[in-house]
Amino acid sequence: MLAKIHITLKKDVLDPQGKVIANSLSDLGFDGIQSVRQGKYIEILLEGDDKDAANSKLNQMCEKLLANLVIEDYSVEID
Amino acid sequence: MNWIHKTEQSSVESHGLKHDEFDSIVKGLGREPNLTELGIFSAMWNEHCSYKSSKFWLKKLPTTGARVVQGPGENAGVIDIDDGDVAVFKMESHNHPSYIEPYQGAATGVGGILRDIFTMGARPVANLNALRFGEPSHPKTKHLLAGVVEGIGGYGNCIGIPTVGGEVNFHPSYNGNILVNAMTVGIAKKDKIFYSAAAGIGNPVVYVGSKTGRDGIHGASMASAEFDDDTENKKPTVQVGDPFTEKLLLEACLELMKEQAIIAIQDMGAAGLTSSSIEMASKGNVGLEIDLTKVPMRASNMTAYELMLSESQERMLMVLEPGKEDMARTIFKKWDLEFEVIGKVTDTKNLVLNMHGKEEACIPINILVEDAPEYQRDYTVREPTKEYQIDEGVLKSETIIDDLVKMISHPNLCSRRWIWEQYDHMVMADTLVRPGSDAAVVRVHGTNKAIAISTDCSPTYCKHNSFEGGKHAVVETWRNLVASGALPIAITDCMNFGNPEKPEIMGEFVECIRGMTEACSALDYPVVSGNVSLYNETNGEGIYPTPAIGGVGLIKDISKTKTIAFKQKDTLVYTIGETNGHLGNSQFLSIILDKELGSTPIIDLNNELKNGKFVLELISQNLALSVHDIGEGGLLVAAAEMSLSSGIGIFINCERKNHAYLFGEDQGRYIIEIDKKNEALLNKLSNDHSVVLECIGHTIDENIEIKDIGKISIMDLKTNHENWFQNFTK
Amino acid sequence: MKSHVIVFPGSNCDRDVAVAIENISGSAPEMVWHKNTSIAESDLIVVPGGFSYGDYLRCGAIASTSPVINEVIKKAKAGVPVIGICNGFQILIETSLLDGALIRNNSLSFICKDIYIKPENTSSIFTKNNVVAKMPIAHNEGNYFASKDTIKKIKDHDQIAFRYCDANGVVSEESNPNGSLDNIAGILNDKKNVLGLMPHPERAVELNLGSDDGKHIFEGVLK
Repeated sequence: MLAKIHITLKKDVLDPQGKVIANSLSDLGFDGIQSVRQGKYIEILLEGDDKDAANSKLNQMCEKLLANLVIEDYSVEID
Repeated sequence: MNWIHKTEQSSVESHGLKHDEFDSIVKGLGREPNLTELGIFSAMWNEHCSYKSSKFWLKKLPTTGARVVQGPGENAGVIDIDDGDVAVFKMESHNHPSYIEPYQGAATGVGGILRDIFTMGARPVANLNALRFGEPSHPKTKHLLAGVVEGIGGYGNCIGIPTVGGEVNFHPSYNGNILVNAMTVGIAKKDKIFYSAAAGIGNPVVYVGSKTGRDGIHGASMASAEFDDDTENKKPTVQVGDPFTEKLLLEACLELMKEQAIIAIQDMGAAGLTSSSIEMASKGNVGLEIDLTKVPMRASNMTAYELMLSESQERMLMVLEPGKEDMARTIFKKWDLEFEVIGKVTDTKNLVLNMHGKEEACIPINILVEDAPEYQRDYTVREPTKEYQIDEGVLKSETIIDDLVKMISHPNLCSRRWIWEQYDHMVMADTLVRPGSDAAVVRVHGTNKAIAISTDCSPTYCKHNSFEGGKHAVVETWRNLVASGALPIAITDCMNFGNPEKPEIMGEFVECIRGMTEACSALDYPVVSGNVSLYNETNGEGIYPTPAIGGVGLIKDISKTKTIAFKQKDTLVYTIGETNGHLGNSQFLSIILDKELGSTPIIDLNNELKNGKFVLELISQNLALSVHDIGEGGLLVAAAEMSLSSGIGIFINCERKNHAYLFGEDQGRYIIEIDKKNEALLNKLSNDHSVVLECIGHTIDENIEIKDIGKISIMDLKTNHENWFQNFTK
Repeated sequence: MKSHVIVFPGSNCDRDVAVAIENISGSAPEMVWHKNTSIAESDLIVVPGGFSYGDYLRCGAIASTSPVINEVIKKAKAGVPVIGICNGFQILIETSLLDGALIRNNSLSFICKDIYIKPENTSSIFTKNNVVAKMPIAHNEGNYFASKDTIKKIKDHDQIAFRYCDANGVVSEESNPNGSLDNIAGILNDKKNVLGLMPHPERAVELNLGSDDGKHIFEGVLK
C-alpha cells in the first residue's frame, strides 16, 4: 500500500514561502491568485493490506514525528 | 564485452575524445577499449582531470619556498605555520554545474573542496569563495546569484565550517558562464598529513561514505565542454550534495586518522571512483584490483560503466593497513556510513575491474596517466590596451561626492553584507576578522596565532593586459594579507578561462601565468595548489580571463591583527605609496563614465615589496591603528570603506583633489591610521624605508568631508552602500 | 561543577560550547554521544547548535526522538538546568519541554549577524544578570511562533527569557531579525530550569570574538 501524506502549515500560521511563491507567480503574469500555501508531501510504502490499521499507524507517525502539530496540519491518504 | 570499433565513432565523440586520442588508447592497450574502458579514458583524459592544455604552462609557476610542505600535485597544498602546525588549502571551480543548477552546483563545489582538505588529515577551519556573475540586468543573474549564495551557505552552514570571506563581481562576459570558485583552509599537524599514494601489495582498498547512485555521470566531461543553448537539457547530470553526510564523513575520517591505519586516502571528486583509484595507483606505482559488486549502490542494476563514472558525493577511497579493517569499520558504522572492502593493491600496475566474476576492464595505469595527452596549444598574445587620455576638463570637482556615492553603491563596489549574512561565518568560535575587511582572520584553535586569508582577481585588468592582470591578482591578495597584519606565505590559484583551442584565449592563459610567476617569485609567495577550468564559453563567447587567487598568511600574535575600520577620532590618515592618478581600466571609468578603456595599471614589484614590508613594520611596532589597501575604486573609495565599517568620519585635505587622484588605481598603496603622537616617528621610518608617504587628512565625527569640495554623512553613504543586493534580490 | 554537552552527529557548536564552559567554570564538560541513554549527575546540560541529524524533516524533529533526549527530558523534569541553543532550542521545542514553534525566518534566508537581546524574566538562573547583551545569531528557522493562548500562558508565567532589542535595549520591529512573535529570542519552561534561545552565547565569551556578553547566561549556573 502506498500512503500519501500532506503536511501544511495551519491556517493561522504565517507562511512566508507561500507568500513569496504567490508574488512570483503574479510577477510571471499569472493573475487571479488569491493566496498560496505550501507544505510537504511524503510517500510511505507499507506492507500488508489492512487499510484501517495502516490509517491509525500513519496518524500516529504524523503526530509523533512527521508533523509538528503546533504549526502544522496533516492529511493521510492510502492508495 | 562491448568492444568499441572504430566505426562507432559517435561513441568516441560523445565521450569527448579526439580521434588521435582514441588511436593512442588503441595503441596503448594493443586492442580497442570496451565501453567501460572508454568511459574511464574519457574521464581521465578530459581537460578537467588531465590538465592537457595547461600542464605545460603550470609547471612554470614557482611552487617551492621555506614554508612549503607540499606543493601542487596532492589533494591540496600544505604550508608550515610554526609549532608543528600546517595550513592545508586549495581553491577549486564548480562553474558549469553551478550555471545549470546554482544551489546544488555551488553546494557540491563546497563539499568537494572540503573533502580535498580533510582527506589530507586537516580539520577544515574556513571556507571562502570567488564568484562572478553576468551583468545584473541579464535575466538569469538574479536567479543564479540567489541560488549560488544559498547553496554555498546551505552546505557550509550545515557542516559547521565558517564561510569567512570571498569576492564577487558582475560583468557581461559571465552572462552565459558564471564562475563559482570555492576555497577551503584546514589546520593539521605537520607529522600527521595524509597522502594518496597506494602501497603494500595485497593491502585492502576500502570504500567509505555515501552509496553510489547515478548522479553526475559525465560531470567532469561536462566541465570541459562549451555551453550552447541546449545546456539546460544537461540538468540530470548535476550531483546533489548532502552536507550532513559530509559532516559524518569528516568526523569519521579524522577519527580514523588518529589511529595508525590509513596508508593512502583519496576523495572521490570529479570522475569519482575512476580518478580516485587511478590517482592512488599511479602515485604509488602499483596496480589495483576492484570488485565492483562490492561497491555500495543506491540504485539497482548499476553497470560497471556507471559505477566507475558516477559522481555521487561524499565518498572516499582508502588503502588500509592489513588487519585494521574491523577497527576502521567500527568507526564508520558509529557515524552511520558505508564501509566496504572493495579490492586490493596489486603488483600488476594495472587497474582491473571485476563484476559478478567477470572482468569488466583491465588498463595499465601508465597508459592512463603517462600517455595522457598533453598539448602545447598555439597562442597569440594580444597587445595590451594603450593608455587612454581622459579629458580631465570634463570632470568637474563638484561631482566628486556624487560620484563617490554612485561608485560605492554600484554592484561591484557595494557592501556584500547580504551575501555574508547568509553564511555562518562565526561557527567554531575562532573568527577574529569577519567578512568585509581586507582579509578574513581565523585563529588557530587553542593558540595565540591566526591565519589570514583573502581571495581576489580583477578580470578587467586581465583582459586588457593579461600579464599585468596575472601579477595584480597575486599582488592584491598579498596586499590584503599584509594590511591584516599577516606574513603572506603562499597561494592557491583557480584558473578560469575560455576555450584553449583558440590562440588568443591560450595567449591570455600564458600571459596570466607569466605575470603570476613574476609576482610569486618577487614576493616569495609560491603556488601550492590549484585548479584549471577551461572552455568557459557560451555560443563562442569566452569569459574574461579570471585567474582567481586565494592567499594565506600567518599572524604570529593575534594582538597584531588589523582591520580596515578606523579606530578613533582625531587620528591622522596617511597613504603609503605614490599616487599618480591612473584612471585606465578603473572602476571610476566603468561605473561613472560607462567606459572600459585605457591601460591596466603597472605593478612595480620591488616597490610593492618595499611598501608591504613597511606596513608590516608599522604594525609590528604598534603604530598602525587601522590599515586598508587601496584597490578598485581608488583612494576615496578605500577611505570611505574605512569610515563605513567604523562609523568614524574622515576629513580629507590632501593637495590634489581631482578625480584622477581620488579615484585612480595606482598600485602598491595602502591607507593607514595613526595616533597623532606618532607622526614624527612615522615620518622618520618612511625616510629610513624610502617609502612615499602622504598625509591625506584626519578622522572626525560622522562625515566624509573633502576640503573645499563637499561632504556626505556616513549614514547616508551607508544606506547607499548596503542596499544594492537587498533590493536586487527582492 | 559537572556539566554535560549533548553531541548529535550533526552538532557543530558542541566544541564551542565546551570551550566556553571550560573558560567560564574552569572545568571541561563531559560530551555525551546521542546514542547514550543515560547522563550522570549534572549541574548543567547543554543541547548545542548545529544540524543534529541533518535537520531534514523539520529542524530538531528527529533529534527530539533520539535515545539521549529521553534522558535530557527526565533530567529537565527533575530540575537540572538545561540550555538549548539554536538547534538545541529547536530540539527542546520539538520535545515539548518548551512551548511554541520555530519556523522559517521571515526573510526566508539564513541569517548570521550580531544582535542584541535583553532579559524579560529577570529571576531565572539564566537571566538574573539583567543587562542588554550582544551576541550572534546564525539560523534559518528561528522565527518564534505560538498560538495566542500559548503566548498568554508564557507571559502570565514569566517564561519569556529574552527579547531581541537594539543596543540601547529598545525592543522594536527593526531590532527583530527573523520575525519572531513579540521579538521573542528565548523562552523558559514553567519551572524556569530549562532555557531555549536562538542566539549563540557561546560565541560571545571573549572580546576577540566581538563580545563577551554571552558569559552572563552561563555564569548564573556555572558560578
